[in-house]
Amino acid sequence: MTSAIDTEHGRRTYSAHAHPLWRRLLVTRESAIIGLLFLVVLVATIAVPNFDSPLTLTFLIREIAPILLIALPMTLIIITEEIDLSVASIVGLSSVITGLGVQAGWPLPFAAVVAILVGTVAGAINGALVTFVGLPSLAVTIGTLALFRGIAVGLLGTTAISDFPEFWTDLTRMNIPGTPMPLIIVPFLVLAIIFGVLLHFTPFGRSLYAIGLNKEAAAFSGINVGLTKFWLFVMSGAVSGYAGVYFTLLYNNARGDNATGLELQIIAAVLLGGVSIFGGRGALPGVIAGVLLIGTLSSALRLAGVTSDIINVITGVLLVASVVSASFLAWLRTKRVSAIGRKKGRAEASDG
Amino acid sequence: MTAVDTKPSAGNAFARSIGHVLKARETGIAIALIAVIVVATVSNPNFLFSSDGFRDLLLTPSLLMVVAVGQAIVIITRNVDLSVGSVLGLTAYLTGRLFIDIPGIPPILVFVAGVGLGALLGLINGALVAFAKVPALVITLGTLYIYRGINVAWTGSDRINASDLPASFRDLGTGELLGIPLLTIFAVIVLVVAAWYLRNLRSGRELYAIGSDPAAAHLYGLRVTRRVIAAFVVSGALAGVAGVLYAARYGTVSSSAGLGLELQAIGAAVIGGVAISGGVGTVWGAAIGAYLLLTINRALPIVGIQDFWQRAVVGVLIIGAIVLDRVLAVRQHRRLIEQREEKP
Repeated sequence: MTSAIDTEHGRRTYSAHAHPLWRRLLVTRESAIIGLLFLVVLVATIAVPNFDSPLTLTFLIREIAPILLIALPMTLIIITEEIDLSVASIVGLSSVITGLGVQAGWPLPFAAVVAILVGTVAGAINGALVTFVGLPSLAVTIGTLALFRGIAVGLLGTTAISDFPEFWTDLTRMNIPGTPMPLIIVPFLVLAIIFGVLLHFTPFGRSLYAIGLNKEAAAFSGINVGLTKFWLFVMSGAVSGYAGVYFTLLYNNARGDNATGLELQIIAAVLLGGVSIFGGRGALPGVIAGVLLIGTLSSALRLAGVTSDIINVITGVLLVASVVSASFLAWLRTKRVSAIGRKKGRAEASDG
Repeated sequence: MTAVDTKPSAGNAFARSIGHVLKARETGIAIALIAVIVVATVSNPNFLFSSDGFRDLLLTPSLLMVVAVGQAIVIITRNVDLSVGSVLGLTAYLTGRLFIDIPGIPPILVFVAGVGLGALLGLINGALVAFAKVPALVITLGTLYIYRGINVAWTGSDRINASDLPASFRDLGTGELLGIPLLTIFAVIVLVVAAWYLRNLRSGRELYAIGSDPAAAHLYGLRVTRRVIAAFVVSGALAGVAGVLYAARYGTVSSSAGLGLELQAIGAAVIGGVAISGGVGTVWGAAIGAYLLLTINRALPIVGIQDFWQRAVVGVLIIGAIVLDRVLAVRQHRRLIEQREEKP
């Protein structure tokens, strides 16, 4: 039962594998993205001056950390065939709450906890509307995208709060001593391991694939589809809240319009990483590689003097090409299978 | 005898159509829109009764309305077009560029070029969606980046200024006919044509069938691929129209024209009762939704709420609209089950 749904090869587990393990591992979308990432790093290291400096890595990780963080719960949500467009608005709201808290004289850790709680509540609102009211998540989160952003902008207006305690802003920008790795990588790794174990090694994670493949079948096999989705949106809100605190401290700036448009970048990276928007398919290593690929590519291109608008075009082309090529390959495969079938049929006919 | 028979039934038909209008989702949105206008006008009569106020009321949402009509058509086929803002930006800049690069070019030619570019970009979206069998959300998310990137690369730090555009063209943006802005008249014509098409033509009705159940529509023999591509072409062309009108209305076009418009257009459609899951809704609803969205924006400061809160109000509206749709759907479902049980 479990093996039938835990990987993208699930449907094949009962029959003998047509290809050896190394080939099956090599020819997945995840490995293609990871391979592409290594290729980009290699080419950039050789061709782009200064790309291999430690500082490049530091800035890269610092900058894409919010995307890396939020991509984790987003992966789980998209695997269940839902979507959360409101994450960037929650980042903005959390940023404003952090700022207002510090302005009111709260110690920063307390303000941060409140901000993360507000993010969690925002996620719970999404989850409740999707689960208990039974609304499509695309519509709900377009609504809460506007609502949460609206509350954030409404609370602060066009002003910004930027007098955060230096200790915390410095800590956010600090590296792990002796390495070019920013400190933010530690909480990210912890979260990545938690989400990775949750998705790939627990019954809860397997139930997400089941929900994404077939909601009704999942419900009949005893999975509480609604509650599962509810918790995913809560997680997404909490992580986005945390990313909001990080965002605020990194740029020493709490604004209502912080991280505007980030949701599209996150979703693009997750889809590039091999998660199917139809649900039921995808893995965290691929997603992390997808985020790193977009980040590395844009950082390398920027160092090479390419402007950010061309980088946007490349990001878009990459996204479209990756999904179109996947369905093109699937089409080729079905053609080949039916060609083999026809050949077999002809051979049997001539035998008989 | 027949006269006696037809008369009450004609009355019934009239009563039924009145009942139909009263029960329609669009009526609810229209009432909300009127309520907003009334409240704002009571707070400050200038909102409606000054010549500027009346003009703004009609004019401001006209562009969004054109885009929202296209968006509604796409959403009815159970797709979505996230790239409309980028398409508007590109065509708006193209409009300015043509006037600068080809002095004396007739505005009608520029108009055709804008619509053509929009339709072409829509065709790319539609072809990718239909042939690659990839959800429109992913494809148009990609083309949102691609089109905007091309726009920014093309525009650079350059911008079109009102002085670059011929006066005859700018008159289109500011002109009036019988006190009604030309742009609004234009937008209403687009709306009426689209509504008539969706309601009366076979291919228009097929869009609803496709949105309700794409697989069934395909099995039934409808040309799903062709219709979906056509819907995207219409959406792109209307975004192109809006781009040309944008240049006429504002005069200045920078590379950020139309940024974030996609969410406003989808929001307008959803508020107007177009179901994001396809097959339900009218372009009338989307148009009224567009008016409601932008009229609230202008009304908030007048009733004493800072306009910073506008987006929050819009969010509540969108959520309210989809919750209302859900409640109505559940109620109808229950009523249908009761009817089935009564009629054995």
